[in-house]
Amino acid sequence: MTLLSVRDLTVHHGQLRAVDGVSLSVDEGEVLAIIGANGAGKSTLLRALAGLNAPSSGTVELAGRDITRMPAHRRVVAGVALVPEGRRLFRSLTVEENLLAGAYRGRPGPWTMAAVLELFPWMAERRGQNAGQLSGGEQQAVAIGRALLSNPDLLLIDELSLGLAPVVVRRIYEVLPGIVGAGTTALIVEQDVSQAMRVADRVHCLLEGRSVLQGRPAELTGERVEHAYFGIGAAEPAQEGRH
Amino acid sequence: MTISHLLSARAARNVHVVRATRSAKLSAVVLAAAAAVLAALPFLVFSTVTDTLINLFVLIALASMWNLLAGFGGLVSVGQQAYIGIGAYSLVALADLGVQPYLAVPLAALTCAVFALPTSWLAFRLRGDYFAVGTWVIAEVYRLLVVRVDSLGGASGKSLSGLSGIDATLRGALTYWIALALALATIAGCYLLLRGRLGLSLMAVRDEETAAASAGIDVRRAKLLVYLVSAAGCGAAGGVITLSSLSVNPDSIFSVQWSAYMIFIVVIGGIGFIEGPLIGALIFFALQQLLADFGSWYLVLLGVVGIVAALRLPRGLWGLVPGPSLFPIGYLVRRSDGPA
Amino acid sequence: MGWVNAVVQGLLLGGLYALFATGLSLMFGVMRIVNLAHGDLAVVASFLALALVSGTGLPLWVVIVVTVPLFAALGYLTQRVLLQRSLSSGPLATLLVTFGLSIVLQNVLLEVFSADTRTLDAGAFATGSFEVSGAVSVGYLSLTTFLLACAALAGIQLFLSRTGLGRMLRASSDDPETANLMGADSRHVYGIATVIAFATVALAGLMFAIRSSFDPAIGPSRLIFAFEAVVIGGLGSLWGTLLGGMVLGVTQSVSAQVDPALTLLAGHLIFLAVLAFRPQGLLAGRTA
Repeated sequence: MTLLSVRDLTVHHGQLRAVDGVSLSVDEGEVLAIIGANGAGKSTLLRALAGLNAPSSGTVELAGRDITRMPAHRRVVAGVALVPEGRRLFRSLTVEENLLAGAYRGRPGPWTMAAVLELFPWMAERRGQNAGQLSGGEQQAVAIGRALLSNPDLLLIDELSLGLAPVVVRRIYEVLPGIVGAGTTALIVEQDVSQAMRVADRVHCLLEGRSVLQGRPAELTGERVEHAYFGIGAAEPAQEGRH
Repeated sequence: MTISHLLSARAARNVHVVRATRSAKLSAVVLAAAAAVLAALPFLVFSTVTDTLINLFVLIALASMWNLLAGFGGLVSVGQQAYIGIGAYSLVALADLGVQPYLAVPLAALTCAVFALPTSWLAFRLRGDYFAVGTWVIAEVYRLLVVRVDSLGGASGKSLSGLSGIDATLRGALTYWIALALALATIAGCYLLLRGRLGLSLMAVRDEETAAASAGIDVRRAKLLVYLVSAAGCGAAGGVITLSSLSVNPDSIFSVQWSAYMIFIVVIGGIGFIEGPLIGALIFFALQQLLADFGSWYLVLLGVVGIVAALRLPRGLWGLVPGPSLFPIGYLVRRSDGPA
Repeated sequence: MGWVNAVVQGLLLGGLYALFATGLSLMFGVMRIVNLAHGDLAVVASFLALALVSGTGLPLWVVIVVTVPLFAALGYLTQRVLLQRSLSSGPLATLLVTFGLSIVLQNVLLEVFSADTRTLDAGAFATGSFEVSGAVSVGYLSLTTFLLACAALAGIQLFLSRTGLGRMLRASSDDPETANLMGADSRHVYGIATVIAFATVALAGLMFAIRSSFDPAIGPSRLIFAFEAVVIGGLGSLWGTLLGGMVLGVTQSVSAQVDPALTLLAGHLIFLAVLAFRPQGLLAGRTA
C-alpha cells in the first residue's frame, strides 16, 4: 500500500527552483533512499515533506490524505517525523529531555522511551547529560530516537551519515531494519551512494532539483547511477525519472 | 533555471553602472530651491511660523541621525537622548564660559562625539535588542550624573546665558537659520557618508555581519564611526533645542520621549532610506500641529500609528513610493543594449 | 538602621525585582522579544487593581487573585494578536511594537487616571514589621513579597523542567524550527511564555504598588530595573535573574544608606560594571 505519494512537487528557494517537479511514492514498510550531489535539492525535498518549506506547486499525500498545505507541527500528529540535517538537538536540554520532546504529541505506537533505550542501550546511562556534550554519532542516534518517539508512520532522515565516522554510520544503519520492522516507513537522504544502495529497497536520484533516475538497487548498474548522480549525458535522462 | 545558468546569462550581458538617475538630479535642483525658500522665510513670514519650523528641523535632524544609526548601522538605540542632553548642557556650560552660544553649537556636537567614544566601548558589548535598552540605561546614568553637578543647576536645570544682548527678532531668525542648517547638514552628511565606501560597508554589515567581516570590512570601525556621527548630530540638535527654549531641564532633555519621536518618525517615513526621516518628520509634525489640543491622546494615536506602521509597512511610507531614490547612494546596473 | 539591615532589605527587594524581571527574561529567551512595555504592564496592573478596589470595595487580596489571571489571559491575547504578527516582520518590528504599546499604555493611563501619584493601601500589613535581632527588622510585606517571588520562580522552574509544554518552551528557545518538528505549535508555545510573563509582571506590579507609590509614567524606569536584573544575572537563567535582582536590590539599598540620591545611580553603575567586565552575566549560559 502506498504511504507517501508526491506529485510534481516544486519548491523554490528565492528565485531558485531547488526541487523541480519531483514525483515519487513510498510504500508502507519500505526504505527509500534519495541520493544526489550537493545542491541537488534532497534536503529541500525532505523539508518540504516535513512542512518546513512551502511548495510552490504539486501535491503531497500521506495515506491518501492531502497534506500539501499542512503546517509542520500538525504533520507530526499525522505521522511524519524528520531527523533534520545537522541533528539539531536542543543543546540546553538533556538527552532524556530531548527524547521526551519527541514524545510531546503523545501519538500512540510501538516507540516508547524503553524501546528507544533498547535500540540504543548506551543512552540509558547518559540520559542526564546535556545533549551538547555528545559526539556527532551519539547526537545522530539521539536525533533518530527523538523522531521515533513521535511514533511516525513515515520517518524522514536527512543526511544520515554526514560528518560521521564510517564505523559510526555502520552502527546507526544497523538499527534501521529494527525501525522498519516495527512498522515505520523510512525515507532517507544519503550522499554516500554505496551505503544507500546497501540499505534501501529503492533509490531515487536527484540532479539539480529533478528526479533523474529511480529503481531497485539490484536493477541499477553502477554506471547508470554515476551518470545520473553527476549529470553526465543529462540530455535525455531528465525524462526518465518522471512517471 | 540553475544558479550557473543565471550567472552566466547575467555575465554575458553588457552592463554599465550609474549612480544618479535623471529624476534624482532634478530632485536635487528642487530640494536646493526649497532650501533657498526656507532660508528666506524669516524675511517673509511672522516669527510664530519660523519658531514652529525650528521644531520641525530639529525633528528632521534627530530622525536622520537615528536612521543613520539604526537603518544603516543596524544599531537600534533607545538612548540617543543621552547626546541630546549632553549637547544641550555643553551649550549652556560653554555659554557660561563666555563662548557665543551660536558658535557653541558645533562645539556641543564635538563634545558629544568625545563622550560617545568611551560610551561606545560599553554599549557595543550588547547585541541586538539588549543594545537598545543598554543605551537607555547609559542615558539615564548621564542624566543622574548631570543632576548631581550643582554648577549645571542640579535637578531644576539652568537657563542659557550670553544671548541677552541680542534683539529678540534677530535671535529668532538666527536660531531658525541654525536649525535649518542643522537639518540640511544632517541630511547631506548622511548622503555623503553613505554614498562612499562606508555606505557600502554598512549595508554589507547590516545584511550579514559575519560575511561582511570575512570580506575584509572592519565592522567595528564602521559601526563606531556611525555611532560617533550620530552622537554629534544629536548633540548639535540638543544645542539648537536649548537655543530655542533658552533653558535646559534635565528630565525633559534626557527624556526617552526623544527616542520615541525619532523611532516613530523613521519607522513611519521608512527606515533605511535617507528620504524616510524627511517624510516621517513632516507627517509627525503635521500630526503634532493638528492634535495639539487633544493632550496625551495625540501620543496614544502616535503609538498606534507606530505599531500599525511596524506591522503593515515594514519599509515605511517611502518604501511604498516606486521609482528611483532622491538621494542615490546605491549603484544602478543598466544594460547598455537590449535584453540579451 | 545599620548596614546589615540594609543588606537584608536589599535581598528582600531583590526577590521582587527577580519576579518582575522573569517575564522579560522569558519573553526574550523564548521569542527573542525585548518587551519595552514590560514596565508599563506592571503599572497597568497597579491601576487596574486600584480601580477594582475603589470600584467594587473588594478586599485587596481578592483583587490580586482576580488581576493576575486576568493579565495571564491578556498575555495570551496580546501574543496572538499583536506580537505574533510582529515576529514575522523582523526583530526591529517587535521592538517597535512593544515600544508603541508602551507609549499607548502610558498615555491612556495618563488620560484616565491623571498624572497623580497613587498607592495601593494594604493597611497595617504594609507597615507592620518584626524584629529579627536588635539591628534587623523585617517588614511583613517585604517578607511576603520575597516568599511569593521565590514561590513563583520555583513554580516556573518546575513547569519548565517537568512538563512537556515547559520543555517545549525551552526547546523553542534553543531552536524554534526543530521544536516545530516535534509537533509544537510555536504560536501556542509563545502564547504560554507570554502568559507567564504577564502573570508575573502583574503580580510584581501589584507588590510594587503596595510598597511604593506609582504614577502613569513610572513604567520605563521600572523596566530598567528588570532589564538590569536580567543582564546582571545572565540571560536565559531563572536563578541568575534572582541573583541579579538581589545584587541590584542590595546595591540600591546599601547606597541609599550612604545617600538616598545615589540609589538609582548606584544600581545603574553596578549594571554597567557587569556589562564592562562580565558581559555574559554572573550566571550565564544555563537555561532556566
